[in-house]
Amino acid sequence: MGVLPAYLALLRGQARAQASYRTSFVVDLVGNVGATVFDVFTVLVLFQVTRNLGGFDRAEAMVMVGISSAAFATADLTVGSIERVRQYVRTGLLDAVLVRPLGALPQLLLMDLPLRKAARSLFGIGVLVTALALADVSWTPGRVALAVLAPLAGVVFFGSIFVATATLSFWWIDSGEVGAAFTYGGRDFTTYPMTVYSGWFRAVFAYGLGFGFVAYYPALALLGRADPLGLPAWVGWTAPGVALLAAAGAATAWRVGVRHYRSTGS
Amino acid sequence: MLLAVAGGAGGVVAGYTPAQLATFVWVGQGLLAVVLLWGWSDLAERIRTGDVASDLLRPVHPVVSYLAADLGRAGYALLTRFVPPVLTGLLFFDFKLPGRWPTVPLFVLSVGLAVVICFGCRYLVNATGYWLQDVRGPMILWTLGSGVLAGLYFPLRFLPDWILLPLWLATPFPSLLQTPLDVVIERDDWPVQAGTVAVQLVWAGLILLGCRTVQRRAERRMVVQGG
Repeated sequence: MGVLPAYLALLRGQARAQASYRTSFVVDLVGNVGATVFDVFTVLVLFQVTRNLGGFDRAEAMVMVGISSAAFATADLTVGSIERVRQYVRTGLLDAVLVRPLGALPQLLLMDLPLRKAARSLFGIGVLVTALALADVSWTPGRVALAVLAPLAGVVFFGSIFVATATLSFWWIDSGEVGAAFTYGGRDFTTYPMTVYSGWFRAVFAYGLGFGFVAYYPALALLGRADPLGLPAWVGWTAPGVALLAAAGAATAWRVGVRHYRSTGS
Repeated sequence: MLLAVAGGAGGVVAGYTPAQLATFVWVGQGLLAVVLLWGWSDLAERIRTGDVASDLLRPVHPVVSYLAADLGRAGYALLTRFVPPVLTGLLFFDFKLPGRWPTVPLFVLSVGLAVVICFGCRYLVNATGYWLQDVRGPMILWTLGSGVLAGLYFPLRFLPDWILLPLWLATPFPSLLQTPLDVVIERDDWPVQAGTVAVQLVWAGLILLGCRTVQRRAERRMVVQGG
């Protein structure tokens, strides 16, 4: 006891601060949702000119888009602010965080809970629900469970990627764009069926880094389609396992990073 | 990505062959840095800090001096940021090279106009700072709208005509990227090709006029402020 009220106080302060400038807040909200809306819109436009994409029709591809955008937006809402660790390391704010008697990671997440990203997350979930309603899914209890679990696993997975790339800044103080390539590049990668990519690029991103298990394989399992790339049907159900592995890896990296951390002295 | 679309549609998509699409994508990546769609807030920064006052004391009109600086920047970007992606595309992809000689000068002219129009748009977005102080809102809206409407995410020809035509004629966005790209891959016969560049010319004039007007209004307002 005693720890929880402290966390709640941090959270309340955040919410109050962000809502105090209403116009800016609304503009941020619109801007954030807009980005996701355009991602989805792009996929729809592509299907205006072609009937299938990598062997999938519109309804099937939209399930992947839905899982991907719901998972990414929610991970961005809950864990995305960890990207700011770079500035905290550079400015020395991280020292202040580490001397408080609370966990470093939860504090950092609560120091900036970007409410403006909430609408984006809701939109992503909306896309997923719509896509599942329109796609021809023969529902079984297992598939219902998967439809709920897959986006959640995606949240954990993207969250792990966020934390892992943020950890870089403990070693390499101004490590901005390297991490972004994996987080945002990974999001764009999971938006489309993996069959549209090819060669070593697909191998590295889909299997090496696990991005294939975020949206593509769960969507195949939901739709009951065989994998054109030849993996067995049960692979789609391994998404939560892959996400947990990713989370364990990210947590280890984070702990090693915090131990390794030497203040910049500013 | 777009190549997969071409594959799915069995070759030609919205009048583009796969080779044309590959060229569109790679040249587009190169042009992005030349026209500098995003990430210019020098003027807004100077308005916020008040440094803009010293710009107004110079004997050169601020729109002209900022435009000159931007043209220099674009020229440099042409050498450093435009060439690498285009070369990469040339090496690894099937490229559509211009087949008619007028395409080349037309493309050069089109890129020049695109830079001017894009500069004008950025200037206007930045100039909202004279009234708002904080340009984050207009910036976000510009960043959102410009990418998708300029043809960066997908060729605008994918859209149905009833959206495409008003967009092309009534907004400057397609003139930023879509026009020079369509010119270089010879998407249309030469009359249409020249026509799209003419549209750019009109927009460049309109936007610069707009910049001048806004600048004058802003300066009057600053005099009122006593700044």
